[in-house]
Amino acid sequence: MFDSLTERLSGVLDRLRSGGRITEKDLDRALREIRLALLEADVSFKVVRQFLATVREKALGEEVLKSLTPGQAVVRIVRDELVQLLGGDGATRPLAVASRPPSVYMLVGLQGSGKTTTAGKLGRWLKARGRHPLIAPVDLARPAAVLQAIQVAKTAGVAAYEHDGTGTPVERAREAVRHARERGFDVVLLDTAGRLHVDDALMDELEQLVAAVEPVEVLYVADAMTGQDAVTSAGAFRERVPLTGVILTKLDGDARGGAALSVAAVTGVPVRFAGVGEKVDAIEPFDPSRMAGRILGMGDVLGLIEKAEEAFDREEAERLEKAVRRRQFTLEDFRTTLRQLRKMGPLEQVLGMIPGVKLPEDAEVDTRQIARMEAIINSMTAEERRNHRILNGSRRKRIARGSGTSVQEVNRLLKQFLDMQKMMKKLGGAPGKNRLRRLLGR
Amino acid sequence: MLGRLRDTIRNGLRKTRESLRERIGTILPAGSGGREVDAAMLDELEEALVLADLGAELAMELRDGLEEKVLGKKVSGPDELARMLEEELLALLPPPFPEVRPESGPRVTLLVGVNGSGKTTTTGKLAARWAREGKKVVVAAADTFRAAAVEQLVVWGERAGARVIRARHGADPAAVAFDAAKAAAASGADELLVDTAGRLHNKKPLMDELAKISRSVSKTIPGAPHDTLLVLDGTTGRNAILQAREFARVTPVTGLVLTKLDGTARGGVAIAIGRELGLPVRYVGMGEGEGDLLDFDAREYVRGLLEPAGGAA
Ligand SMILES: Nc1nc2c(ncn2[C@@H]2O[C@H](COP(=O)(O)OP(=O)(O)OP(=O)(O)O)[C@@H](O)[C@H]2O)c(=O)[nH]1
Ligand SMILES: Nc1nc2c(ncn2[C@@H]2O[C@H](COP(=O)(O)OP(=O)(O)OP(=O)(O)O)[C@@H](O)[C@H]2O)c(=O)[nH]1
Ligand SMILES: [Mg+2]
Ligand SMILES: [Mg+2]
Repeated sequence: MFDSLTERLSGVLDRLRSGGRITEKDLDRALREIRLALLEADVSFKVVRQFLATVREKALGEEVLKSLTPGQAVVRIVRDELVQLLGGDGATRPLAVASRPPSVYMLVGLQGSGKTTTAGKLGRWLKARGRHPLIAPVDLARPAAVLQAIQVAKTAGVAAYEHDGTGTPVERAREAVRHARERGFDVVLLDTAGRLHVDDALMDELEQLVAAVEPVEVLYVADAMTGQDAVTSAGAFRERVPLTGVILTKLDGDARGGAALSVAAVTGVPVRFAGVGEKVDAIEPFDPSRMAGRILGMGDVLGLIEKAEEAFDREEAERLEKAVRRRQFTLEDFRTTLRQLRKMGPLEQVLGMIPGVKLPEDAEVDTRQIARMEAIINSMTAEERRNHRILNGSRRKRIARGSGTSVQEVNRLLKQFLDMQKMMKKLGGAPGKNRLRRLLGR
Repeated sequence: MLGRLRDTIRNGLRKTRESLRERIGTILPAGSGGREVDAAMLDELEEALVLADLGAELAMELRDGLEEKVLGKKVSGPDELARMLEEELLALLPPPFPEVRPESGPRVTLLVGVNGSGKTTTTGKLAARWAREGKKVVVAAADTFRAAAVEQLVVWGERAGARVIRARHGADPAAVAFDAAKAAAASGADELLVDTAGRLHNKKPLMDELAKISRSVSKTIPGAPHDTLLVLDGTTGRNAILQAREFARVTPVTGLVLTKLDGTARGGVAIAIGRELGLPVRYVGMGEGEGDLLDFDAREYVRGLLEPAGGAA
């Protein structure tokens, strides 16, 4: 479950560290592990090859071989390179504004990647930032696509350019821009039809659309679950239209998301946003360093901690982090975690940030359930919370009574706690204090 | 099946990579009287497999297996090695499940999968195909969640000439499936197709909901669903394995549909899924039109895996 790159590399390089110096051959063995990890994360074969060549060069240049901690040095180089490729600072650049409004933002991509949904999300996002966006559906091919866009816009609280789906996409796009100009909308979100990069006619249409409405942003919407084909398709889009950014969708899943790297590498433009759910508010600015951790299988421990800090009590979060590092995760800490989780929103999303973590099968992702779990822990004595081993049968009965639950539920909570504890130990268990932070470059 | 695909690619994408056979051909000129297989040749094959999304581990394993057989031996021409690999790959594909036909009443097919994989389109294509064969088809619009999902299916229903059972937005999808099963049985339909909402396999409540939909059709029609098709986007990488694992855990998946193979993706992850879970590919999506759903042809598919991913123009 935790076959993360860090662990794999520790296997190769930490052994080397104890032997003093490492050789170029050792480095290559480590790079082979990285290659496997990246391929397993769906990073394109070609991109992996180029990437490793760069890393190798850097590693040799930076005298990793003489370093006292070659494993960490290599991981840091890998990570920094990944972040760089994923857009570095460019990822946070604000969306461009046209000198003469409206600014046209065009969403393009393969079928089903999430363009229409993203149009709604972006509309809502922009509106919350004081812009006046208009969603313009120009997918006249897919059944009910225009209606879908209109409904999505409505849910997002954003205006849509409504029409009956006749005409041509280029005509409709022109009309939408005119409409926006007349009514004072300053952004047009053009929702184009999904198309395959090998479909010449439709790729021509895309070129015509660009020529007709001169978008200031052409955003390539890509599915985070994409495999090796990501470079081929994204590369072909790039050849036809001037892409300015990438939006990666369905990151609420458990794909490692190596496609992010492939697409960023082949298009040369930064990933700007991440789609993290089906609802209209499930969009975030893309975070390259978080993504790098995800691709490398190091999870997003930092993201989790940050989110906890944001949502809740900073002190408690720090304590939690310390507990993880100390490898002493008690029921007390478990309660803190539950509390924070409850405030952090969609649980699946939060837990999904931890590598390889799935909720125990019988756990409900339900805040009421969490409240019951908390109630059980509340009914324990401080001593019990610090040391769960003393929880014998009669104590469990008492706790069940006290919390208005059953012994079964108490048992289940303890099992969940033990699972969590095991996981936390693994997370904090890597040798060296502050390792997580250092690994993730903070 | 993939002949059309090759044509599309030829007309479309610029050549980015030589075909595998061409490359083997340069190492191993045809009619040269054979040459010893070396590591470079095997590397080429391994690369092709990785590019087709079989996964690095499986690719290495296949390579090692091949290596044992041929390293140091002579092969007759560029095709021979590829053909040997084709046979290995074919052997990995599980056979289809025997078709279940209820003695009476409609046969029920449930379509499941992650967001945007092509469930609704595949539902529409199957409805059209079966209606063309003269069967009476009913379709259940059990995606009551996504915007205009019902309307999308209704358009497909009209195209196919199939009745669509629908409910208001936000209705309980299991109830829609239940009602549709009743309506299909009552009207003497031959086939009932149940289109479900896209859901990511790591979302427990949504997966529970799916299990409930699956159970609800069996309440009216014993033994239903007779088929549960997991619709996979053919461009998906390693994650498809996790998808298959989870969907097969909560519903009785009987086969896979690989969509969007009219692009340049090869859908090689189905080999890994077949091996781990024994799930056969049943259909292949080759476009957005009614007729673009083909029966799975194992040999064509396997050949496609060894074609270059970037186009063979
Ligand atoms: N879980 C999840 N689902 C998403 C996300 N973005 C989009 N979806 C879902 O993916 C499916 C396809 O989304 P659409 O917005 O219709 O995709 P599209 O690119 O417009 O599709 P076409 O117009 O057919 O090419 C829908 O079920 C969406 O709800 C995301 O970030 N997370
Ligand atoms: N090129 C191509 N496009 C396809 C194929 N199958 C489906 N599509 C397209 O992929 C997009 C998504 O298809 P849908 O059928 O809506 O997918 P879905 O799984 O029902 O999506 P959700 O219900 O939102 O989860 C649409 O634009 C379809 O036209 C295929 O085999 N080839
Ligand atoms: Mg769309
Ligand atoms: Mg659908």
